[in-house]
Amino acid sequence: MDWNTLATTLFGPAHGIAQDGDLLHGGVRFDNATLTVIGTTNHAPIGVRLALAQARLVLDTIAQHPGRAILLLIDTQGQQLRRRDELLGINRAMAHLGMSIDLARRRGHRVLGLVYDQALSGGFITSGLIADACDALPEAEIRVMRIPAMARVTKLPEALLTELSQSNPVFAPGVANYVAMGGVRRLWRGDLPQALREALADAPTEDRRALDGRERGGRTMAADVIERVLAAP
Amino acid sequence: MNISYSECSARERIALLLDEGSFHEWLPPSERVTSPHLAQLGVPSAFDDGVAIGRATLAGRPVFVAAQEGEFMGGGVGEVHGAKLVGLFRRALRERPDAVLLLAESGGVRLHEANAGLIAVSEVMRALLDLRAAGIPTIVLIGGANGCFGGMGIVARCADRIVMSDIGRLAMSGPEVIEASNGVDEFDSRDRALVWRTTGGKHRWLSGDCDLLVADELAAFRAAAIASLDAAAPVTLAGLEDEHQLLSERLHLLDAPVDGDEAIALWTRLGVPAPQRVPELDPGELTRP
Repeated sequence: MDWNTLATTLFGPAHGIAQDGDLLHGGVRFDNATLTVIGTTNHAPIGVRLALAQARLVLDTIAQHPGRAILLLIDTQGQQLRRRDELLGINRAMAHLGMSIDLARRRGHRVLGLVYDQALSGGFITSGLIADACDALPEAEIRVMRIPAMARVTKLPEALLTELSQSNPVFAPGVANYVAMGGVRRLWRGDLPQALREALADAPTEDRRALDGRERGGRTMAADVIERVLAAP
Repeated sequence: MNISYSECSARERIALLLDEGSFHEWLPPSERVTSPHLAQLGVPSAFDDGVAIGRATLAGRPVFVAAQEGEFMGGGVGEVHGAKLVGLFRRALRERPDAVLLLAESGGVRLHEANAGLIAVSEVMRALLDLRAAGIPTIVLIGGANGCFGGMGIVARCADRIVMSDIGRLAMSGPEVIEASNGVDEFDSRDRALVWRTTGGKHRWLSGDCDLLVADELAAFRAAAIASLDAAAPVTLAGLEDEHQLLSERLHLLDAPVDGDEAIALWTRLGVPAPQRVPELDPGELTRP
């Protein structure tokens, strides 16, 4: 879904979210409270610059608006694949963004991720996946890497990966698989403002994803292994 | 005699880095906790899923340790591998050892377990930040041939302390992936000198991305780990503001046109003495601003 359509549906036509290149930001009114909205659009690649721009907005919210909820609107093609970004420490900039969001959580800000278009690996791990909870629109896509690139790196046949991506939740890009594995908490269907309302009211502060993955049957071993380590003699 | 850290396996590193005979492993290979995803791909699994975890002592002090095995799928994080790390970190939160050591060697998400691996890495990141918030020092050691990449490159930067050797590499995307996506002119993955100038231990130390730079010797890593045992530094808003300023200023160091190599230009602008000579110097001969 186009970000402006989504924003208008959630917050009305005077939503107050601005687009600045690939960056989205603004303070919006929702149910008599103000939310900080931080996001990206145009399937943005997340490089050092865009990671820092998002971190700035998170840090400003912590400093200026203690406790204000933060909604992360996610549409990214993943991390920027450029040598200069690596030279400048893109992993450090990503960690900085993730740690800024994590500090917001620990200081009592509810942080909610929403994948409204697509999410890939590096751009996702320090946004929606570090939030208190990450939700998605049903038509969104989440994946680690596109199949041709994955075939090249793993040296597995592309046909095999394509076939698995039809049926196997580990490989398929649909968000329903991420729900089954616990990586996405729930999908927003129908009344989107109501979905946001419910999501804000029910954002767990502990990491439940392995438990959800086991309960939902999409990721059956993670929770068991964690429990075995905790109990090992 | 000096033993090369990079040439050791994960278990050899644990045996030689920690106090002799002190390692007690949880979920050892005899328990055969293996990946549920690899068989369908016709890929062999490992009885420890490529990571050894447990408790030990270091200089007589209790620590928890995890070591990733680069020889198994490049140290990639799959569902079980990631859950072992999360379990270790959560147990450390409960039992409060003096420090948690992560001997990282990983390409990041294990692509053979795609979605499950991605979620696992993010769970590892969350669990590590829980340790940090609790004031339990987290120390990442990087010196394996496979480096520390992808999501694990982010996880490393979430720790209190990073120790690297000059042959260690720390980054996000591997040079092969960047070359495949944007061409050999963007990043020539076969130009080893360029790869190390961009991601290697010396560059990371000179730019402050790692805290300690050591030679590729187990004894040097052990000494650096001991020196890091009290490195706890909980994340604060003031600390993140400082980090933000540092990263923002660094970003603009390359705004002006660069004549020649970008890494050397960056070192020059960071104020590194004799930047042209960095590639030929030993770790102990370098100084940083």
